Amino acid sequence: MFLVLIYLTEFSFTTFKSPDETIKPSSWLNLFYNIDPLSGFAAGISSGLLYGSLALGLIIIVATIFFGRFFCGWICPMGTLNQLLSSFSSERESRQGARLIRANKYHRYQAWKYYILFGLLALAVFGSVQTGLFDPITLAARSIGMVVIPALNSALTAVAMTLSNSSIKILTWLGTGIFAAASGTLIYFKQPHFHGIFWLALIFGAVMLSNRVFTRFWCRGLCPLGAFLGLISRYSIFGLYKIHNKCTDCGLCLLNCQGGDDPHGNVAHRRSECHLCLNCVAVCPEDVLSFGFQFDPADYNPKPDLTTRRTVLASLAGLTVMPILRSGVIAANNRSFIRPPGSLIEDDFLERCIRCGQCMKICPTNALQPALLETGFEGIFSPLLMPRIGYCEHYCTLCGEICPTGSILKLETDTKFGSSGTTPTKIGTAFFDKGRCLPWGSGVTCIVCEEWCPTSPKAIWLEEAEIIDRDGNRSKIKLPHLDPDKCTGCGACEYACPVSGQPGIYITSAGETRDPNRSLLLRKRK
Amino acid sequence: MNDNRMERRQFIKLTGKAAALASVFGGGSYILSQNIYSPKHQAAAIYKGDRSPDIDTDFPDLISLRSKDHAAAALEAIGLLGGISRFIARGDIVTIKPNIGWDRSPAQGANTNPDLVRAVALACLDAGAAKVMVTDVPCNDSRRTFRRSGIDDALKGTGVEVLLPEEHLFVNADLGGEILGEWPVLKPFLENDKLINMPIIKQHGLSKITAGMKNWYGVLGGPRNRLHQEINRSIADLADYFRPTLIIADATRVLTRNGPAGGSQTDVETHDIVIASANQVAVDSYACRFLNLDPQTIEYIKQGEARGLGRIDGYSVQERI
Repeated sequence: MFLVLIYLTEFSFTTFKSPDETIKPSSWLNLFYNIDPLSGFAAGISSGLLYGSLALGLIIIVATIFFGRFFCGWICPMGTLNQLLSSFSSERESRQGARLIRANKYHRYQAWKYYILFGLLALAVFGSVQTGLFDPITLAARSIGMVVIPALNSALTAVAMTLSNSSIKILTWLGTGIFAAASGTLIYFKQPHFHGIFWLALIFGAVMLSNRVFTRFWCRGLCPLGAFLGLISRYSIFGLYKIHNKCTDCGLCLLNCQGGDDPHGNVAHRRSECHLCLNCVAVCPEDVLSFGFQFDPADYNPKPDLTTRRTVLASLAGLTVMPILRSGVIAANNRSFIRPPGSLIEDDFLERCIRCGQCMKICPTNALQPALLETGFEGIFSPLLMPRIGYCEHYCTLCGEICPTGSILKLETDTKFGSSGTTPTKIGTAFFDKGRCLPWGSGVTCIVCEEWCPTSPKAIWLEEAEIIDRDGNRSKIKLPHLDPDKCTGCGACEYACPVSGQPGIYITSAGETRDPNRSLLLRKRK
Repeated sequence: MNDNRMERRQFIKLTGKAAALASVFGGGSYILSQNIYSPKHQAAAIYKGDRSPDIDTDFPDLISLRSKDHAAAALEAIGLLGGISRFIARGDIVTIKPNIGWDRSPAQGANTNPDLVRAVALACLDAGAAKVMVTDVPCNDSRRTFRRSGIDDALKGTGVEVLLPEEHLFVNADLGGEILGEWPVLKPFLENDKLINMPIIKQHGLSKITAGMKNWYGVLGGPRNRLHQEINRSIADLADYFRPTLIIADATRVLTRNGPAGGSQTDVETHDIVIASANQVAVDSYACRFLNLDPQTIEYIKQGEARGLGRIDGYSVQERI
C-alpha cells in the first residue's frame, strides 16, 4: 500500500482551471514530507520557526509517545522497501536458521543512528540542515523520483519504441499498446534527466542491498529519523509484554524480528529499537508475547544503548564540521550558481532546505537539478537551475508552491515577473559570450535568444549593423544586446541558444534579488 | 555425500540458465545500442505534405471579415470560400495547426484565438470528418501552453482530439527543401487527409512578421533553433512541403511588439478580423498590413512567391472590414 502512496507522491499532478490562473500542485504531493517529524524539527531548530505544514509531524510525535516507533514499521516508505528486500528468501547461510537468529538479536551497531542524529542536529543548531541527506523520507523520495522512475521511464520507452518501430505487425501493436497504457502513468510526458543521478543511485542501491546482509540494516543502524523516534519512544506507554517463564527459546520471534529489539524471553525488550511490526506476537507458539499498556519499568529497557562520551563526541563532530563548511570559498561572494526563483538568501536557504528534491521533480522544464559540489559540500543535493538543461518558465511558480520547508517562497505571478509597482524576482543576469555568439562572433544570423526572451519589453534587443566578411563584402546583420535592468535571469536565452556546448549567452547569479549584496546595477534611490 | 560435487543434471540446468541470461542481456543491449531514441525514418514518399484543394475560380482567393463574434466570422468566411464541404470530405482525418507556441493567455496575443479553433474544429466534425486533431509543438512546456492558451479547455468534450507532442510521436521525414532535409516531424502533420493552418499574426524580430508560413516551424521537433540562420529559406521550404487545405488566420488581436512571445497586453492591438484562404502567400501578404509592412519587403514571402506558392499581389479579396 505504501508503494502506491510513494508512487502517488512522485507524480506531479497539477491543478489549473482558467488560463489566467496560477498552476498549483496537488496538496497530496507533500504528504510524506509534511508528516516527517525530523525534517520539521531540524528545519525548525536551524531557522527558528516551524514552517506551516511541517507541523503535521507533531501528530507522529504525539502518536509515538503512545505507541513507540510504529512509524518505522507501518508508515515509512523507506521502511517498506527495506522490509521487502529483507524478506525475500535468500540462499545465503547467514540469512537462515541459527545465524539469522543471532543476527536479529540486538547489536551495538544499532546505536550508530543515534550518533548520526546527534551530529546532524548539532549542525542544524548552527544553521545547516543536513538531515535531508539521511532522512529516510527524503532519501527514498529523492532516489525513487530521480533515479528509479526516470530509469524505468527510459527503459520502458526504449522497449515500446523498439517494438513499435519493428516491421512485425504484432510487435508494432504491442509497442503502441505499451505507450497507450503507460502514457501519463509510468511513461512520463517527457524523459526527465537529472544531473549526477549515478551518485544517488549508488547510495540508494547500497542501502537497498544492505538488507540482503542484515535485516533492515538502514533502519536499525543508520536512520536518523528512526533514532529520533527511538528517543521519543522511551516515554511510550504501549509495549511488548513478555511472560518470561513460558519462553522455550525456540527463536521464532527472532527469526521474524524487524527491528533487532530482543523480543525473546528472559531479556529486557529494547523498546527504542522496536518497529511494532508485531511479527513476534504472531509467530510465538507459546503465547509468551503480547502488546499492551506497560508500566513496569523492570520489564523493558526504554533507553537506547548510548554512552554519554560518544553522544558528546558526535555532537561535537557536528559542531566542528559547521565552521569547516562555512569557511569554504564557495560560500563567499564569488559563487555563480543559480537558485530557484523565490529562494531565500543563501544562508537562510541552507537553514531550511531538506534536499527532498520536490522542486526538481515538479519543474516542468527539468531546469532544477540536484547539486553535487557546485554549491559547496553543504549544498549537496540542493536545487540548482541549469539553463542548458531547462529554463525557468516565465509564468511558473510550482517550485515555490511545492517546497515543504519554505526555502523557496511561494510567489504570486506578479511578484515573480513584476508588474506596475513590483519589481520582478531576478535569479540572475544573462551575459553574451561574444566570441561564441553567432552574430557577434561569426557574422551569422541568429537572434533565437531575442525570440525566446519572455519579458515585455524584451531584455534582449537587436541592433542592425553592417558587417564585412573576409572578402570585403558588406551585409546587414542583427546583433543582440542585453538590458540587464529588464533581465530576470530565467535562462530561456541560454536554453534556446543554438551554439552547443558552451552557449553564446549564459546566466550567472549576478544581480539576483534575493541577496541585496549581489545586486548588479547602482540605481538612484528616488 | 559431497556437497561440493555438482551433479550432471544440475550442471546442465546451470549452463542453460547462464546461456538464457546471457542471450537476454546480449539481445537487450544490442537493441538498446541501436539508437532507439531517434525517431523512425520515414521516406517522404509515404507521406505527401501537399493537402491543397483544387483551384476553384468561382470563389475569391481570400476572405477577410471584421466581427466581434469571432467564431461566427470564421464560419461565414469559410462559407464565402465555398463552404466547409469544399475542403473537408466525409471520413477525412483532419489535423488543425493553431499557433500554441508560448505559455501565454489568450489576451496576450501570442497564441491562436481558442474560439476560432473551436469553431473550425467543430465545422470539420459537422462536415463528417472521421477524426479531428488539434496539436502543435510549442517552444514553452506544452502541457502549460495547451492549457494557458485556452485551446485545451475550448475543445474539452467536443470529440476533437487535443494531442500533446510526446517524444515518441515524432518521425523523421525528408522534407526535400533547400535547407531542410530529413527532420523530425510530429506524426499528425504527416498522417492526415486534410491539414488546416490556423496562425495568429504577430511581429517577429527576424522575419519581421509571423503568420501562416512561419507557423510551420511548429510541426518540427529537433534543433529548430538552428533554422533561424536561414529563416527565410527554411520558412519557404516548410511552406513548399506542407501545403494546407485551408488557412484561417487570427487577426482578432495582433501582437505588434515584443513578438513572437509578447507578454504585455500593451503590445496587443485589437482588430477583430478573421482571414480565410487556401493560399499561403496571399494570407501572409495580406497580414502584413496589420504590422504596417510592405509584403514586397518580406524575404520569405518573396521566396514563397518565387516557388509558385501564390502571389503577393493580384489575388482576389472579398472583405468586410
